[in-house]
Amino acid sequence: MSIIEEKKGVSSVKVVTANEAVALAVKCAKVDVVGAYPISPQTSIMEYLTKYIETENLSMEIVRVESEHSAMAVAMGASSVGARAFTATASQGLLYMAEMVYWVGGSRLPIVMAITSRAMGAPWILGNEHTDILLPREWGWMVLFPEDNQEVFDTIIQAYRIADKTLIPVVVGLDGFILSHTTMPISIPDQSVIDSFIPKDVPKPYALDISNPFTHGNAVHSNLYLEFRYDIFRTIEESEDLVDQVDKEWEKITGRSYGGVIEEYLLDDAEVAIVIMGASSGDAKQAAKNVREKYGIKAGVIRLRSIRPFPVKRLSRIANNLKAIGVFDRNMSPGLGGMIATEVKFALYDLKNKPLVQSYIGGLGGKDVKIVDFEKIFTELKEIVDGKVGVEKVKWVGLDLAAVDSYFEEV
Amino acid sequence: MTSIKQLPYEEYFLAGNGSCPGCGLTIGLRNVLKALGKEVYMVVPASCSSVVQSPFPNSSATVPLLNTPFAASAAAASGMVRALKVMGKDSVVMVWAGDGGTFDIGLATVSGAAERNEDLLYICYDNEAYMNTGGHRSSATPLGTFTGTTPTGKKENKKNIPLIMAAHGIPYVATASIAFITDLYDKILKAKDMKGFRYIQIFSPCTPGWLLPTEKSVESAKLAVQTGMYPLFEIENGIFKISAPSKAYLKKEKRKPLTDYFKLQGRFKHLKEEDIKLIEKWVDEISEEYASMDGKKVV
Repeated sequence: MSIIEEKKGVSSVKVVTANEAVALAVKCAKVDVVGAYPISPQTSIMEYLTKYIETENLSMEIVRVESEHSAMAVAMGASSVGARAFTATASQGLLYMAEMVYWVGGSRLPIVMAITSRAMGAPWILGNEHTDILLPREWGWMVLFPEDNQEVFDTIIQAYRIADKTLIPVVVGLDGFILSHTTMPISIPDQSVIDSFIPKDVPKPYALDISNPFTHGNAVHSNLYLEFRYDIFRTIEESEDLVDQVDKEWEKITGRSYGGVIEEYLLDDAEVAIVIMGASSGDAKQAAKNVREKYGIKAGVIRLRSIRPFPVKRLSRIANNLKAIGVFDRNMSPGLGGMIATEVKFALYDLKNKPLVQSYIGGLGGKDVKIVDFEKIFTELKEIVDGKVGVEKVKWVGLDLAAVDSYFEEV
Repeated sequence: MTSIKQLPYEEYFLAGNGSCPGCGLTIGLRNVLKALGKEVYMVVPASCSSVVQSPFPNSSATVPLLNTPFAASAAAASGMVRALKVMGKDSVVMVWAGDGGTFDIGLATVSGAAERNEDLLYICYDNEAYMNTGGHRSSATPLGTFTGTTPTGKKENKKNIPLIMAAHGIPYVATASIAFITDLYDKILKAKDMKGFRYIQIFSPCTPGWLLPTEKSVESAKLAVQTGMYPLFEIENGIFKISAPSKAYLKKEKRKPLTDYFKLQGRFKHLKEEDIKLIEKWVDEISEEYASMDGKKVV
């Protein structure tokens, strides 16, 4: 018996890509209806799901629609009558779907969507970037961001529990290609464990039914809209504890947990830390270990698992003990900084002993970011703490403008 | 054929709703729901119907109703149909959409659902423009019509969506009119019991949008059929059949003059003789085409 199998509630181990892990989780969640439209690097999720349905005789319905906008509309229509619904997309697909994503956020339907992150054009680009995953954080959705394939599987299951409880839809983001197309072993709990964790017979006050006819989504006057938005704000704000709690409950039955809203790595005595999310967190963790060994820098990693709710409470508690934070954003808010850096600064501004916060942007469009890059960030943060260098609005990682010039020279 | 006296007394779309006096869509919806009864889920995209149903917490609909963004209705209804299937519920899902949401922004979605032959009833109430925005041209607007975005008259003919829908190979396509309620009622009854994607397009005058006196709504709808502007027909399993109200008007000599129809409505006030000739040419061609298709398998 392997180490993985020794954990509680495990019935099988499979070696799968993160996309297959998503598809397996959707199957295990007994999703009723899937809206499916292909886009790289998400497509194989739909390939796996269609295969399960057509070869394993599942009672799941998959609607192979003509656009992402319709994929989310399918999920919405299904969820509106109380069915469990799922869809997935990426990049341009999310942008095309945007109107529906926002509408579903306002509709308070407990849909779960996977987004396999990918940069957006123009120009055409396939590489990984987190800007797409971050967009729905303003659209009334929760946004969770696992690090590896096992956590991807587990987070999809956790997402349904959170969505059913809060009536807030949930995005589960995963790094395009880096996870979506990379195989790792995952353990899949016994179906009965999943069934009891995310039961389908939960209260569904939103569900339309012939026996209880009402109108869903009709016009409101301005005197109610603000209050509806406030309720979404408050529900997401207050679910920081829920995300922690669901992760702990998951640990009880599977032996696995990820720290809830934040995975804290080597933070107990840390002086400097990198805030990061997704698959690159592993490299940042390795770098923290390396700089501790090589230079004696007390480095740690704050891995954001939850972007919405933004973990203001936990982050504030952690930041109290830190002298400098480097926020690594694989995304950007043009002209301002990294999107997460902006939010980290907002979250920490009122702290009495707030650490210095340096925004780093890198890895856009799939540009490689290496362990050594994170080591450099840690040493720079240490220099900031020691007053040797100052904090700049943004520091760029891997920016090579000379390479651009050389392209033009060749032309 | 159902007689007017046989229509149910039950009302499923209630009075006191937000429609304008003489509103064609409300006359249509009221009678469509009489035919369908209470076991129907409604899906409504952005349209006059989003407003007419009344704002939260009120609603004139006594059946479950899901509002959706403009282009989403046929897909949302698809998801709903599939969900009801999984949950073992057997109710009709009806999309109630305007011409903008069907002919224009929703066309890809409608076409997708039709190609998949989703088991739903799609009804387009056709008032021949974006009336909820205050009257702006859609591809359902006839040649020559004045709207807010065609101030000197529309330069293109109306798009023939019923034939495009039929080309998808769906089991049922029909046009109907609020002036011929029993014909409309029977078409809904027939479609209700069919499986697969069913498309019905209902001619629904808009009194403010057409600059039409409120009491002339039904009269103008009747004239649209009698002048050949809006032929009523069915395409059932690919076989084209002119409906009874339009039967007599396929022949040019039987048709009433177009000016009888135009003169009631401010949206046609500016038409010159040569404009009317162009529209007449279109009516003649469509009528001839439909006469040649009558009784034949066309898809």
